[in-house]
Amino acid sequence: MKSYALSIACGVALGTSGAAFAEPQAEVLHYWTSGGEAKSVAVLQEEFAANGGTWTDMPVAGGGGDAAMTALRARVLSGNAPTAVQLKGPAIQEWYEEGVLADISAVAEANNWEAVLPASIAGHMKCEGSWCAAPVNVHRVDWIWANANVLEANGIEMPTSWEAFNAAADKLQAAGIIPLAHGGQAWQDATVFEAVALGILGAEGFHKAFVELDKDTLTSDAMVATFDQMRKMRGYVDPNFSGRDWNLATAMVMNGEAAFQIMGDWAKGEFMAAGKAPGEDFLCASTPGDGFLYNVDSFAMFEVGGADKQAGQALLAELVVGKNFQKVFNLNKGSIPARTDVPLDEFDSCAVLSAADMAASSDNGSLLPSYAHGMALRGAQAGAITDVVTAHFNSDMSSADAVQMLADAVANSM
Amino acid sequence: MADLSVSAASPAGQSQTGKIALRWSLYTLLCLFALFYLLPLFVMITTSLKSLDEIRTGDLISLPREVTFDAWRTAWSGACTGIQCEGVRPYFWNSVLIAIPGVAISTLLGAMNGYVVAQWRFRGANIIFSLMLFGCFIPFQVVLLPMARVLGMMGIAGTIPGLIFVHVIYGLGFTTLFFRNYYVSIPADLTKAAKVDGAGFFRIFWSIFLPLSLPIIVVTVIWQFTQIWNDFLFGVSFSQAGTQPVTVALNNIVNSTTGVKEYNVDMAAAIIAALPTLLVYVVAGKYFVRGLTAGSVKG
Amino acid sequence: MTKWLEENTPKLVLAPSFIAILVFVYGFIAWTAWVSMTRSRLLPKYEIEGFIQYDRLFASPRWDTAFGNLFIFGTLFIVIAMILGLVLAILLDQNIRTEGAIRTIYLYPMALSMIVTGTAWKWILNPGLGLQAMVRGWGFEDFTFDWLVDPDMAIYTIVLAAIWQSSGFVMALFLAGLRSVDEEIIKAAQVDGIPTWRVYTAIIIPSMAPIFLSAFIVLSHLAIKSFDLVIALTGGGPGYATDLPATYMYAMAFSRGDIGQAASSAMIMMLVVFAIVVPYLYSELRSKDG
Repeated sequence: MKSYALSIACGVALGTSGAAFAEPQAEVLHYWTSGGEAKSVAVLQEEFAANGGTWTDMPVAGGGGDAAMTALRARVLSGNAPTAVQLKGPAIQEWYEEGVLADISAVAEANNWEAVLPASIAGHMKCEGSWCAAPVNVHRVDWIWANANVLEANGIEMPTSWEAFNAAADKLQAAGIIPLAHGGQAWQDATVFEAVALGILGAEGFHKAFVELDKDTLTSDAMVATFDQMRKMRGYVDPNFSGRDWNLATAMVMNGEAAFQIMGDWAKGEFMAAGKAPGEDFLCASTPGDGFLYNVDSFAMFEVGGADKQAGQALLAELVVGKNFQKVFNLNKGSIPARTDVPLDEFDSCAVLSAADMAASSDNGSLLPSYAHGMALRGAQAGAITDVVTAHFNSDMSSADAVQMLADAVANSM
Repeated sequence: MADLSVSAASPAGQSQTGKIALRWSLYTLLCLFALFYLLPLFVMITTSLKSLDEIRTGDLISLPREVTFDAWRTAWSGACTGIQCEGVRPYFWNSVLIAIPGVAISTLLGAMNGYVVAQWRFRGANIIFSLMLFGCFIPFQVVLLPMARVLGMMGIAGTIPGLIFVHVIYGLGFTTLFFRNYYVSIPADLTKAAKVDGAGFFRIFWSIFLPLSLPIIVVTVIWQFTQIWNDFLFGVSFSQAGTQPVTVALNNIVNSTTGVKEYNVDMAAAIIAALPTLLVYVVAGKYFVRGLTAGSVKG
Repeated sequence: MTKWLEENTPKLVLAPSFIAILVFVYGFIAWTAWVSMTRSRLLPKYEIEGFIQYDRLFASPRWDTAFGNLFIFGTLFIVIAMILGLVLAILLDQNIRTEGAIRTIYLYPMALSMIVTGTAWKWILNPGLGLQAMVRGWGFEDFTFDWLVDPDMAIYTIVLAAIWQSSGFVMALFLAGLRSVDEEIIKAAQVDGIPTWRVYTAIIIPSMAPIFLSAFIVLSHLAIKSFDLVIALTGGGPGYATDLPATYMYAMAFSRGDIGQAASSAMIMMLVVFAIVVPYLYSELRSKDG
């Protein structure tokens, strides 16, 4: 056993230490593994290789990165951190506080990231003033998707207020169509909830509630109204929604079984994959209310030894924010580039709308981080809120009780 | 399945109608249970043979309108598990390298431990056995982080020996349990007589106990192989690029939050990933019976 | 020296395993106990802060649900799987011609990873897609089987899938046990005209006590650790109605970066296991010694 183990260990050591020169090296831990996503990362790997780098792929999918984060903790604790890791939101700062992230300010300043990224997104990439992560894309979360034919047949416009949505939904329900396609998984409940909350609380209220965790806002009448609307939404969902995957809900919209779905712009990929055209077969619009909820994927670099790995980190950071990658990646993924100076000629109408809205909301201060997708709060607080949202949505809890529970849960998560 | 149709035939040599009716109802009952166990497999296989378009539009648990093996090909050698799109094939070997030594070592240790605890009782042996048993219950989520630290200190973090080590440690409780419970029913006189004949500790184990152990070895191997082959939590936490087992690849194919889901490929990949365990069940099951009929334990 | 070695060989053989268990099980439990007293977030920290994590745990409605579910799920799963395993083993022990095939069919679910079987079960149990839709399609319009989407019943679907997965293995254990019962005794009993069911209840089943111990340990271990199953089948939903302590702990430790909280829930889980398993072990091993 011992000699066997030894020979394997040697083999591994030889395999990885072959290139001990300053040739850029990177072991990249990420959770993009399915068709479109994987193709998108492959673009990065090709560019990395074209610049003389060696990319070692370490993919771990599942639970929106949960499994990848489990692997990351184990790797960091065993003193064997990956070179670059797909991290996002406040988790970047949390890891920074553990003292394990590398500083990539040199690359950021040389490439003038400050000027090309929207200010609030740039804020997520900084740790105490220095740059510690590189943004890849911007997913918009507060989208409402619709089946164009179903809306037309029932004489319904894309709703611009929640009252209009309710009216449309009542009409659809009377016509025997499921108004809202939804999958009853906690994160999907939270996605709908935050879209509703943005519409009812407004941009400022949303920021107070889900970024600052302001107790008064969390228990305000507007929050009660948000839960009231969630109760209405529950009535617009079919009885078999529990546990349904989001893409099956999208399929319900596609085949006309349901009219609307509230989901981030990755849903577009599902429509496109089925050969549907935006504007003709399906419609996209922001959910009622002003504002833009973003979900930004990014890479953080971990503190590692060796000139080759550090060269790899610098090269990777530069390429990630480079114009070409930002364009190609986001065309594949359905999101939009994080940098604002990428030409959008090849993007579809939904993406162009998204980019325009991002620029406008960045100017008027309503460009906000998505709480449901881990951009606004640390895990413990975001999770505590989601627990309440999903408990309320899946029971007959009153809105007043939900608001009280929300305040308690947030306090208990500190 | 072909065998099942035969099973409905009444056994030979029974003349009374009552007995025949009893046999019939027995077979019916067994077949009903078989249906219950087969239902999910049926869903998985039919899904894996459908095209994605058919899944998107049709019923999820109906027979395929058109049979296609594309999903199987994709799952084996074309599905993306990251930027490599080589299916589960490259990960298969890692799992083999982890599972075989892991099963062998933990089974051997379990046999020795069980032999000691059941047949060489010294003071405190039962307490030691209970302590080891209780170890079966530690939730694996708890050990991940300290184990990562220990593997790092031992210098085997992210390696296949590291994973084997972890699986052996957390398999010991069960393997010891299985062998102990098996050996405890072997009369102590056997050991005593052998000792009188001058046989030593290892000699008795080797020439008396091991030959009797085939059925329990089969049970233990089935258990350990299943546990190790299907393990995801350790595999994902204690591996690095190049040592990830097949369950991690399967997970990467199946679990993607924002990608397009290809259920047919998912199902095919799951069946492929399970083939070695299924094979062990079929093959081991045979020896399981043969071992029992050949050398009746109490002899 | 050789005499000492001879006398102590059994202890020396057992020692490495025992030490490993001591360090990697009990050492790690102690580590967890320590961490549960801290405010560890993303990574473990070691400054003791008192019982704050336990206060938080008991104030969490989600933990209440998860903890309650452990008892519903654990009891039903262990009892039903044990009975079903035993019944199947006895049925299969009646000189069934196609025993090999049937045994493999009962056993195979254990071979499949729940990551994907969970999806298959999800479809079967989903009222709109699976059994309910199928039976209604046959013309039974009133047939209802919607446990999966009913927050009060969803936990029973977890029990169902768990039994499906594990009862075959229990059957195999019992089958091995039945086959090792001395045939002479059975024959003698049959000659004496004792009815078959009496032979089972009075002779065969009591002689399988160690098998019951194995089955109990295997099943309760699976019950405590059930994790993949819940994640794949319900994701803990509807809401968090099917959360179990293991999923709660995992969520806290790894998706929420709240390791202290996870450690406290792990300690409570260990206490429960201790309270149930230790008396059982004690009585089992005691009677064996007697």
